[in-house]
Amino acid sequence: MSFIMYLINGISLGSVYAIIALGYTMVYGIAKMLNFAHGDVIMIGSYISFVTFSQMGLGPVPSVVISIIVCTALGMIIERVAYKPLRKAASPLAVLITAIGVSYLLQNIALLVFGANPISYVSMLDIPPVKLAGGELTITGITLVTIVLCLVIMAVLMIFIKKTKAGQAMLAVSEDKDAAQLMGVNVNGTIALTFAIGSGLAALAGILLCSAYPTLTPYTGAMPGIKAFTAAVFGGIGSIPGALVGGILLGVIEILGRAYISSQLSDAIVFAVLIIVLLVKPTGILGKPIFEKV
Amino acid sequence: MAFENWMLLSRFLIQASLLKLVTSKEVIIKKRVISAVLAAAMVCGLLSGCGGNGGGKASADSDTFRIGGIGPVTGAAAIYGSAVRNAEQIAVDEINEAGGINGYQVSLQFEDDEHDAEKSVNAYNSLKDWGMQILAGTVTTTPCIAVADKTAADGMFEITPSASSTDVIKNDNVFQVCFTDPNQGSASAKYISDKGLGSKIGIIYDSSDVYSSGIYAKFKEEAASLGLEIVSESAFTADSNTDFSVQLQDAKDAGADLMFLPFYYQQAAIVLKQAKDMGFAPAFFGVDGMDGILTLENFDTSLAEGVMLLTPFAADASDEKTQAFVAKYNEKYGETPNQFAADAYDAIYIIKAAIESANVTPDMSVEEIGTALKGAMPSISYDGLTGSGMKWEATGEVNKDPKGVVIQNGVYVSID
Repeated sequence: MSFIMYLINGISLGSVYAIIALGYTMVYGIAKMLNFAHGDVIMIGSYISFVTFSQMGLGPVPSVVISIIVCTALGMIIERVAYKPLRKAASPLAVLITAIGVSYLLQNIALLVFGANPISYVSMLDIPPVKLAGGELTITGITLVTIVLCLVIMAVLMIFIKKTKAGQAMLAVSEDKDAAQLMGVNVNGTIALTFAIGSGLAALAGILLCSAYPTLTPYTGAMPGIKAFTAAVFGGIGSIPGALVGGILLGVIEILGRAYISSQLSDAIVFAVLIIVLLVKPTGILGKPIFEKV
Repeated sequence: MAFENWMLLSRFLIQASLLKLVTSKEVIIKKRVISAVLAAAMVCGLLSGCGGNGGGKASADSDTFRIGGIGPVTGAAAIYGSAVRNAEQIAVDEINEAGGINGYQVSLQFEDDEHDAEKSVNAYNSLKDWGMQILAGTVTTTPCIAVADKTAADGMFEITPSASSTDVIKNDNVFQVCFTDPNQGSASAKYISDKGLGSKIGIIYDSSDVYSSGIYAKFKEEAASLGLEIVSESAFTADSNTDFSVQLQDAKDAGADLMFLPFYYQQAAIVLKQAKDMGFAPAFFGVDGMDGILTLENFDTSLAEGVMLLTPFAADASDEKTQAFVAKYNEKYGETPNQFAADAYDAIYIIKAAIESANVTPDMSVEEIGTALKGAMPSISYDGLTGSGMKWEATGEVNKDPKGVVIQNGVYVSID
């Protein structure tokens, strides 16, 4: 019975990783850069929802909507100000270092505005836990919401990419930026849209993360950000189903590792598995093999 | 913070792996640039470090005792440092109003260390430049261990309100107002056993923190000798301190009826929430790190209803001394003082008692004052907010009785 409980908790944690990993994987797939500030956008999203829901007393829906809008705008501003001017830079390192800079900037702004004291985050979803098997199995409301939401987001995103023009443009840009431009695709616009979607999802991920693990500090996004990045690589960076598979596997491995191997070594186990997967399949579980262009 | 370093490291690793994607010639050039930058950064660090130590020493007034305080006033542990700073100020003001110590006034200077060992040593150096003669600090354990080595080298008398590791007092010039970690562990086990609070005990502890694992180790040892049954024990680390579902599930499966939580309130708040969500309702028992949970921003205090903790100070105690202090603190800072504040208030009065007993004067050197005060400590007995008849071993360890409190309707109430 405990095993099922651990499994559900793992899938729930993994779903949060998967939603965050989407941001990494989409941006990597399309702009070929690692946006390390993504984890901190999550943190900003959580703070915005805390301010709107707990301090200003808005309802859950407006609060979530405002968080998503703020994060979407933030993601687009970061892309426009910090990354776009460097897109033509000779070294891919320039934009990577900038991303790290933006990450620290966001953390320190949060430190300045909200202070370093942790805040106890009150979940805006008041769903009673589901009790199964005569009370032995208690699944919290937020766990269910997280899992369902993650699946819905994945499905909507896949449909968006397959069926809409903007989605097709994304695919085209990720295949070959220059060719897509020649075919009349607005590359800059497509990249901006990718950042907007990724950052909007980051707001959702932040709210889910803090609802399940109710503490909020300026560093809240850092560790989940790194884990989600790992999940994206694990599943095959650039692949959307890969983010889902990688995220959920990572969450399950983390929780089961903590439960059955060692509660102190859970991170070590997660990363050991990552190393093994990458040794066996360097492109990740669902990653496309890379062919050398001649 | 350990996990920030970890993050930085992982980012560097990623950068390094990306470097390999670039052609090999470029790699060499870039590596050279990076190592040059790193070397320059290190040199800068060294230089600034030296600058901090090299300052001249201010001449001390001959009619004022200069007491320094160090603790985190900003950062994640700010709640402790600010409490100590506020309470030390109250005590110093009181003493000055009442005519000082042996007729000498006291001046207090408090420096922030952000709960960081390096910053704490810097704070110590700048206080020395100010002319500090006695150190009433530092507040948290890790920085205190670093600073204690400095005070020992300078022969300065140091009394820490709240740094509880035994490593803090390994030098003979350092004394504690709070219990040592092992002491808290054994006192908690005894308390639980004496009052019959639980028979099947679950423990969660932070294996990456000296404070938490120190208490855990001693608790376990003491529990075994008292015949308490530990049914579940599990750890977490600083990198995985936001999810306790696994640890709680383990304790629930084992049928624990009391959870011993020897760690800080930030994590305890999550444990309480997750336990409630999963329908697990044992008794919860914490140590002094649990103190502060009621003032955690936005925390639903009903979650902490019934939580017990061992603390030498309860703000609701009816004795005159506590009430006067709580009223004064409330008036001046607008909140109820926690245990750290009480420890700090006592620390200043203990310094006063030691000075009076050793008859030192402000014109003596730091080392003379230090030697005289540490000689006087084992002979004094002090009645304070955090215990009556407090006495000290020459090693710096305090002897006093712990008090148990339980949280009821959002305030501490004595169990006894």
